[in-house]
Amino acid sequence: MKIPIIVDGQMVQVDQGAPIIDAAKKAGIFIPTLCYHESLKPYGSCRLCMVEVVQNKQRRLVTSCNFPAEGGMEVFTNTDKVRQIRRMVVELLLARCPDVPLLKTMARQMGIKSSRFKKREANECILCGLCVRFCEEVVGVCAIGLANRGIEREVATPFKVASDVCIGCGSCTYICPTGCIEMVPDEKTPRLRIMKMGNHPLSPCPNDYQCENCSIEQEFLKDIKDVIVEFRRSYRNSER
Amino acid sequence: MKRISSIVDLENLRESILQKRGSKKTIIRLCLSTGCRAQKSVKVIEALEDEITKQGLQDKVAIKKTGCHGFCEMGPIMVIEPANIFYRQVKPKDVGDIISETVLHGNVVKRLLWKDPQTKELTNTEHDLPVYKKQKKNISYNSGKIDPTDIDDYLAVGGYSALGKALTTMTPAQVVETVVSSGLRGRGGGGFPTGIKWRICSAAPGDIKYIIANGDEGDPGAFMDRSLMEGDPHSIIEGMIIGAFAIGASEGFIYVRKEYPIAIDHLAIAIRQAEKCGLLGNNILSTGFDFTIKIDRGAGAFVCGEETALMISIEGRSGTPRSRPPYPAFEGLWGKPTILNNVETFGNIPKIISKGSDWYSSIGTKKSKGTKIFSLVGKVRNTGLVEVEMGTTLREMIFDIGGGIRKGKRFKAVQTGGPSGGCIPISKIDMPVDYDSLREAGAIMGSGGMIVMDETSCMVDVARYFIHFLLFESCGKCVPCREGLKQMHEILTNICEGRGEKRDIKILTELAHFMTTASLCGLGATAPNPVLSTIRYFRNEYEAHIYDKKCSAGVCKNLFEYVIDEELCNGCTLCKVKCPEQAISGKRKEPHRIDVQKCIKCGICFSLCKREAVRVK
Repeated sequence: MKIPIIVDGQMVQVDQGAPIIDAAKKAGIFIPTLCYHESLKPYGSCRLCMVEVVQNKQRRLVTSCNFPAEGGMEVFTNTDKVRQIRRMVVELLLARCPDVPLLKTMARQMGIKSSRFKKREANECILCGLCVRFCEEVVGVCAIGLANRGIEREVATPFKVASDVCIGCGSCTYICPTGCIEMVPDEKTPRLRIMKMGNHPLSPCPNDYQCENCSIEQEFLKDIKDVIVEFRRSYRNSER
Repeated sequence: MKRISSIVDLENLRESILQKRGSKKTIIRLCLSTGCRAQKSVKVIEALEDEITKQGLQDKVAIKKTGCHGFCEMGPIMVIEPANIFYRQVKPKDVGDIISETVLHGNVVKRLLWKDPQTKELTNTEHDLPVYKKQKKNISYNSGKIDPTDIDDYLAVGGYSALGKALTTMTPAQVVETVVSSGLRGRGGGGFPTGIKWRICSAAPGDIKYIIANGDEGDPGAFMDRSLMEGDPHSIIEGMIIGAFAIGASEGFIYVRKEYPIAIDHLAIAIRQAEKCGLLGNNILSTGFDFTIKIDRGAGAFVCGEETALMISIEGRSGTPRSRPPYPAFEGLWGKPTILNNVETFGNIPKIISKGSDWYSSIGTKKSKGTKIFSLVGKVRNTGLVEVEMGTTLREMIFDIGGGIRKGKRFKAVQTGGPSGGCIPISKIDMPVDYDSLREAGAIMGSGGMIVMDETSCMVDVARYFIHFLLFESCGKCVPCREGLKQMHEILTNICEGRGEKRDIKILTELAHFMTTASLCGLGATAPNPVLSTIRYFRNEYEAHIYDKKCSAGVCKNLFEYVIDEELCNGCTLCKVKCPEQAISGKRKEPHRIDVQKCIKCGICFSLCKREAVRVK
């Protein structure tokens, strides 16, 4: 059922219960996000996509990636509060991953010259969980997961031993917004692949890294590449 | 054990239990909850059993292994019925005197009585103890009185009569409305009205519904849920069955952290007994209502006390909170409508049903009804559990019940609500404690932990401690909580180690407000409370740390020095002898000196000096 909602003063018709971020996209309004992907279930971890919503005369801050659109709702995507939250998220992430180009660009757009927080040792993973969720929800194998909690949280194979379910599709490397996952041959056993982030062993490559000629993964890769291309494009749009 | 198949059966069984117990036996109640066990109460029980057998008193004396009595400071605690004589800090060697004097001759053993530290007066009986006098024991009444592993004990004090009343004389909607009008609010900390939650869930579409009791108590210094589960597990089970009947659930879970083995044990025994009696299972009391309870053990993550994380943990995945909506009342455990309440909330339900909502709502303040169990810990004299009416002031709790601050020190602050709560200063000590006043003061009710601090606590260090706790207990899913806590901890550590900068307070405040609004779950949203409340009430301490590089409490080692007051020092050499670094010099009967270069600030001299000549500078 289509319902009307107002996004930054524009009336948009959207499916009831659809995430606000999609409604905003329809209205041509870009909401930045680092953990949302159309083909995945909303996760709500980066908090970058927060918007102000007025519903039943109540004004509150919600994440647009998982807050369902309902009739009579009014959404504001660029208020002072929203901008403040986005700046802080980027500032904190920039302190965590000072060398990630995507974050640097975002910071520049928001007018952040440098993070006021203490920079941490070189780290490129922002823990958005896209790789993990893509592996689980789209690929359907759960070769990697999120291990530990708090500041020790990291992406890893279960128990950090070589994954025997990884099909080597490479989707994690494509979907990663910071480019921190790279699959490289293991130095000791060259057929075994290592997920560079944290050195987690994945399954050996059946085709000696000749991805272009690999018949097993050719078709699968094409589908995923399309999704990724679309995802990357949305970032490029934001830069304009 | 005979199956109870109707309400008449239940009342008959109760009658027969009471009749059997009518004999005039002396009953020795000894606390066997975790606190008293740590004080070796198991050894006391063994000695007691030996002594009774030796003297052949099995027919005259019965031992009752109870749950927590509340006065944990004085454990192991023993009460001898029928005279209700109260003995504290009982040791195995005292058992002989207790049997020969008190049990056989009715005399009290004076050295085991509680003595008022100020007036030196002795108190003979349990109900005369000043610690208990100001309390209103309602939920924790049975704990300490009954044997939690014996369903007969619970039945004898009127247990499961509320269940009988609800199942046979009320409709589910009536139960829900009774709870709504009682004004009961969730005891886990959020304070959401329990009845409203039940009403929403009972109206939610779906055939399968679940009910969950949250016993994943993780706050440092809080143990009321544990004591309730250990001391009165049947009341929680009864509350859950009534709740399940009200919302139409047929399966329930009690989520208990694995660090509470006795609680798990007692709950498991209680569930087994209730099942045998037919109070759990199919066709309860022949009303056609089916309900079962399973125990689910938490694996030690603090965040699993958050409702969505807890449900995900029961489902078998790693416990990380998810965004709401959808709310658990519509989509909870395995996507089904689910009610989750704290174990203490369920403990309230039987009382509300049997005594009525009017009785319940007559207790407490306008917006917070009933009584609440708090765990009073820290630098207070009478540590333990206290149950008071909502609206009791902090002063009454800390000074009248808690007996004031240890060693004559001055009260500085009380941290309520665990790591997500706030520090309340002396200026607010006459504030009535309820959900709303605590929130206004920048703290939260939480599950009811109260950590009392005296002048030797540095508030910046306290804030740092709680942030450090949460740093490793945050699930790490959302950016504000994970990265915000990391940076907050970094800044607070800098301040405590003397590297504080002028802008730090501003950044901390900004970061705290950001985390409050942008975090995914309640843990992140309330995590900055210790920082915000200490900045609000103890800003001068932050400023002293940052600008003057001084820690007046003598906690932050880089920011103070120990000096000996030459006028007060009488040269007893105690500090000199005990100093591990030989940093103190001086002749006998002459003032001593501390060599600042050698001093490692261990604080031994400071705590040893009887004349308080060692000072923090």
